[in-house]
Amino acid sequence: MPLYESVLIARQDVSATQVDDLVATFQNVITENGGSVGKTENWSLRTMAYKIKKNRKGHYVLMNIDAPSAAVLEMERQMRINEDILRYLTLRVDEHETEPSAVVRNKGSDDRPRGRGRFDRDGGGEGRPSESRDATAAKPATPAATPASEVTPDEGDAK
Amino acid sequence: MSDDSSAPSRLSFFRRCKSCPFSGPNAPKIDYKDTRTLTRYVSERGKIVPSRITAVSGKKQRELARAIKRARFMALMPYVLK
Repeated sequence: MPLYESVLIARQDVSATQVDDLVATFQNVITENGGSVGKTENWSLRTMAYKIKKNRKGHYVLMNIDAPSAAVLEMERQMRINEDILRYLTLRVDEHETEPSAVVRNKGSDDRPRGRGRFDRDGGGEGRPSESRDATAAKPATPAATPASEVTPDEGDAK
Repeated sequence: MSDDSSAPSRLSFFRRCKSCPFSGPNAPKIDYKDTRTLTRYVSERGKIVPSRITAVSGKKQRELARAIKRARFMALMPYVLK
């Protein structure tokens, strides 16, 4: 059976327990149609980047699904009917990630990833090529440190 | 003769040596949920930065653009930043 990864956003007014119930009902739909749900991940109440149906925040839940397409279609149909679900995105994936996803991993410090300062570097544009040239020299170190995103200042010092 | 000597210097002047940050061993995977990585490839206004500036390879740029668009749809990233 194909593997799917589904993320849904529930309204901010519903409580955390209601979200769990909601997820349980969708899991039932999947299992009834001959599939199985692997890891589910609750990203709890997150601030959304823009308002959706007058909601500023939303409960995000991720589900790893292994089910026939009919089951996924049925689950999506019920999500469209349910008014507590603001949005959902189901993707077919080659393999499920077993570790916590990037959202959970980054949770610690990136409450303001869209801060002003970050983008000065991007906006300028000319900072990019030189930086990546340095990265070629120090290639082994770079990918490991990328999530921290403080790589660039460090490289600047090294230069 | 003069061409041979000037060519490498011109290359370095134009900074021709780029490498894609998503290619090669232990490069980060492009994932729409990983907004921290994706925000580095988005401009001040929230637009996707062209690959000629970020040195992302063509194939990875398409993958990256798709990931950014998915992240926008799920309200993980903004469509526009004022």
